[in-house]
Amino acid sequence: MGDDIKLDELDRRIVVATQAGLPLVAEPYQHIADELGTTAKEVMQRMRRMLESGIIRRIGAVPNHYTLGFRGNGMTVWDVPDEKVVEYGEKIGALDFVSHAYHRPRFLPEWRYNLFAMVHGTNRDELKHKIDAIAEMLGKDNRAHEVLFSTRILKKTGLRLIPGQKTVIRE
Amino acid sequence: MLAKVVNPEQLTELEKRLLNEYQHGLPLSATPFADMAQHLDTTEDVVLRALKEMQEQGMISRVGPVFKPKRAGASTLAALAVSPEKLASVAAYVSAFDEVNHNYERLHRLNLWFVVTAPNQQRVDEVLVEIEVYSGQPVLYLPLMKHFHIDLGFPLWC
Repeated sequence: MGDDIKLDELDRRIVVATQAGLPLVAEPYQHIADELGTTAKEVMQRMRRMLESGIIRRIGAVPNHYTLGFRGNGMTVWDVPDEKVVEYGEKIGALDFVSHAYHRPRFLPEWRYNLFAMVHGTNRDELKHKIDAIAEMLGKDNRAHEVLFSTRILKKTGLRLIPGQKTVIRE
Repeated sequence: MLAKVVNPEQLTELEKRLLNEYQHGLPLSATPFADMAQHLDTTEDVVLRALKEMQEQGMISRVGPVFKPKRAGASTLAALAVSPEKLASVAAYVSAFDEVNHNYERLHRLNLWFVVTAPNQQRVDEVLVEIEVYSGQPVLYLPLMKHFHIDLGFPLWC
C-alpha cells in the first residue's frame, strides 16, 4: 500500500470516467471500456492495480451519512505528547465511529492540538459518549481536547482529475 | 441542495446489507452486481434496482471507486477567527478561491476552517497571505503530517 505508481494516460481516463460513479448496469466495466475504446479486462486490471497500490481506497456504495441520519458529527482535536501521537493516531483511527484521524502540527500559542479525529454519531449525546471513550483511552495523555461542531458547509467540492493533466499520486 | 433524511428503520433488509457490506469490496468482475446478488441471495435486477433507488433518494451518492485524495502539489488545513459581522464577507472571499475546496463554519473562536490545495507551496502561501490581508486576521495553517485511518467505509448498523 502507498507505493508511488505513475498513472498513464489510460489510467487517468479510467479515473475520470469512474470518479462520479460506475453506471448501474449489468456490466459496468464493459460500459466504461466501450467509452474509452478498450476492453473490460484492461479496465478491471488497471483498477485492481490502483486498488492494490492504494490510489483507489475502496470500490463500493458511497453513503451519504447526513441523509442516513448521522447528525452528530464533530471534529475533535486532542493535545497528546508528540512522542505518542502516532501510537494514539493509529488507535483512534481504528475506531469504527472515526472516519478520519490526522496528525497536524501545533500552532503555538493559539493552537495546542496535534491530533485530529472526525467522530460520527446519530446525535450529539451519542457523539459525547464516543468522545468520552476516546478520552478514557488516552487517560493522562489527554492533556486537553475540544469538539468543533460545523454549523455550515460553505463550500465542498471533490478534488477532480482533469483529463489530460499529468498527475502523480503518492503518499 | 439538502437531501431529506431517511429513517434507518424504514430501510429494507437489502438496503441495510448493501450499505453495510458493500461500502468496499464491490467485485472487479464482468458482472459485479450479479455476483453481489448471489451473495445476497437475490437477483441482479433486484440489486441494480435497489442501488438506483438509493442513489435517487440520496442515501448513497454513487457506487464506484473512492480515490485517495491527490497528494501531488501542496495543501493545508487552515483556520481563521472572524468577527460575526465580518464572517459572511470573509467566508465568501475564502470560498471564491479555486484553491479552496472545503470551507466550514465551526462553533469555536476559530470559526472558519478551510482547505487550500495548489500545485505548489508558493501558491498555497500566496492564497493564505491574500486571506490574511482581506480578513485582517492571522491564518493558522495546519498541514497534514500523517493520516492514520485505513478507509474501509463506515459501519452504519453493525
